[in-house]
Amino acid sequence: MPTATATKPRSASRSAGPPQDSRGRRGQRKDRWSRRGPLLPALIFLIVVTQLPFLATLIISFMNWNSLRPDETSFAGLDNYVSVLSDADLRQSILTTIILTATVVLVSLVLGLVLALLLDKKFIGRGVVRTLLIAPFLVVPVAAALIWKHALLNPSYGLINGTLTWVWSLFGSDNPPQPEILSQAPLLAVEASLIWQWTPFMMLILLAGLQSRPMDVIEAAQIDGASGWQIFRHLTLPHLRQYIELGGLLGTIYIVQNFDAVFTLTAGGLGTANLPYSIYQTFYFANEYGLASATGVIAVIGTIIVAIFALRTVFTLFQKEESR
Amino acid sequence: MTTLSPTRKKAAGPKFLVRKRKSRLDATRNSTVAGLIAWTAALIFAIPVLWMLLTSFHSEVDAATNPPSLFADLTLESYQDFFSGASGLSPWPPLINSATASITSTVLVLVLAIPAAYALSIRPIRKWTDVMFFFLSTKMLPVVAAILPLFLFARNFGVLDNIWFLVLLYTSMNLPIAVWMMRSFLAEVPVEMLEAAQIDGAGLLLTLRKVVAPVAMPGIAATALICFIFSWNELLLARVLTGVVAGTAPVFLTSFVSSQGLFLAKVCTAAVVISLPVLLAGFAAQDKLVQGLSLGAVK
Repeated sequence: MPTATATKPRSASRSAGPPQDSRGRRGQRKDRWSRRGPLLPALIFLIVVTQLPFLATLIISFMNWNSLRPDETSFAGLDNYVSVLSDADLRQSILTTIILTATVVLVSLVLGLVLALLLDKKFIGRGVVRTLLIAPFLVVPVAAALIWKHALLNPSYGLINGTLTWVWSLFGSDNPPQPEILSQAPLLAVEASLIWQWTPFMMLILLAGLQSRPMDVIEAAQIDGASGWQIFRHLTLPHLRQYIELGGLLGTIYIVQNFDAVFTLTAGGLGTANLPYSIYQTFYFANEYGLASATGVIAVIGTIIVAIFALRTVFTLFQKEESR
Repeated sequence: MTTLSPTRKKAAGPKFLVRKRKSRLDATRNSTVAGLIAWTAALIFAIPVLWMLLTSFHSEVDAATNPPSLFADLTLESYQDFFSGASGLSPWPPLINSATASITSTVLVLVLAIPAAYALSIRPIRKWTDVMFFFLSTKMLPVVAAILPLFLFARNFGVLDNIWFLVLLYTSMNLPIAVWMMRSFLAEVPVEMLEAAQIDGAGLLLTLRKVVAPVAMPGIAATALICFIFSWNELLLARVLTGVVAGTAPVFLTSFVSSQGLFLAKVCTAAVVISLPVLLAGFAAQDKLVQGLSLGAVK
């Protein structure tokens, strides 16, 4: 029988059938394997393709291994980890990863919440607005990054500076400000493009949350004379909490791993290299396999810390499903 | 206050009529303001996409002006150049590679995920939550933490620049998401229907075909769509593990830009063409997309 924490009502009614009671031990074993059987191909495939390479990364992280000097490959102990943590560039990339992820997730969550609240109301053309808002999320990430770099942020003919020129010319000025955002504020440019891509995702999740609110409770609160803000603060926000957490955590998982935007917009220059980009650079260009692997392991440790919170959130969602 | 819901009608008793009318008035007023703000925000968010689309139909001269030339003549020039590979880079091999990798890996994912989801929902095994968390945890493992051994393996076994190796990796990349999604879809099959089928003496295959499949079909389609999009979008693995022969569309896009320099209209055209499958598929299945991306947790 499934464990106590598993879906009590559902699995009980599903698994309790005549076969288990009437068959002997052999029948039970057969039944158990017929339950596990369908799961095994997926499980084994995933272990082989994802866990074994990570195990190899872990082993390589304890080795001196530069592919340009294959004769000097040796056991390095913790040297690579010491190097990573004492290397200013790699430390910087850890910091950049944290700042980039936190900024993008927080800002896109707040913007997504505002947009979801707006879209929860009825107005003319709501479907069109929703479709327009989703568009950024549906552009292939590397294409989106290229558009930001060349069509929007290019200092000589990008849309942003072009618009500034146009607005200034309306007031008869020939000297519009022409900021070079990509070189002056590179991290901001990366963040802006990612916020633009991820806000729609947050909006969609929060909109799903808003539309699953129990309306009768809100009706009752309205009838009792609660103000719009009171309803938002005490009913809507608590209900949205797990949707906010879910959006934040899924966003974190994806943005921590972001490669496309950093690679395309700045190629990791000017302090925008995050961990994925640094690791790519360390092994692909510098051929420092040991060092790259140690950085990868550190990235995993960081992700595990986030994952612990993520799993807790998901677990509460499971519990909710069970109690249904 | 916000959307109209069926419950509102139920709650309406005669003595609330006055207040109700007032709240409906409030709602109308708020909605106009909300609508205006939402429209503004939507246009701001859509501008880069619309700009990309417009620029792709401009000539190079009109594309690279400051201030921007909104009303320049439209032309299919850069589309013709793009598809004919006028610059020596044909887009067809990478597009075919991307289609191959995305479609094949999606099929593989479904073949592996549907039985797994069945084992996790319809007849749940012991500790099924633990298995679910294992699947999720593999998704949290950053790709970069496994990429070096994959690269070394590919180089030593001669599968570097081989699209089928990429297919295997895309399958593993999407399998956890697919299992989560499929489980939540299969869990929607009513227990009563399964029991009824059992009582009627239907075997496993018949039950799957007649009871489970009709309920799960939209879910299977949504799962397939998400897996396709993720594979189509992927850049890092493709960039490290493929090259001349097996390069995918995103890899092509990056090399296209560096070889073409800053021909803005051409860049926009390439970006439009490569994004189009995802844009169309995504617009068509907006709700399913959220559900999939949130691992089926949000309905």
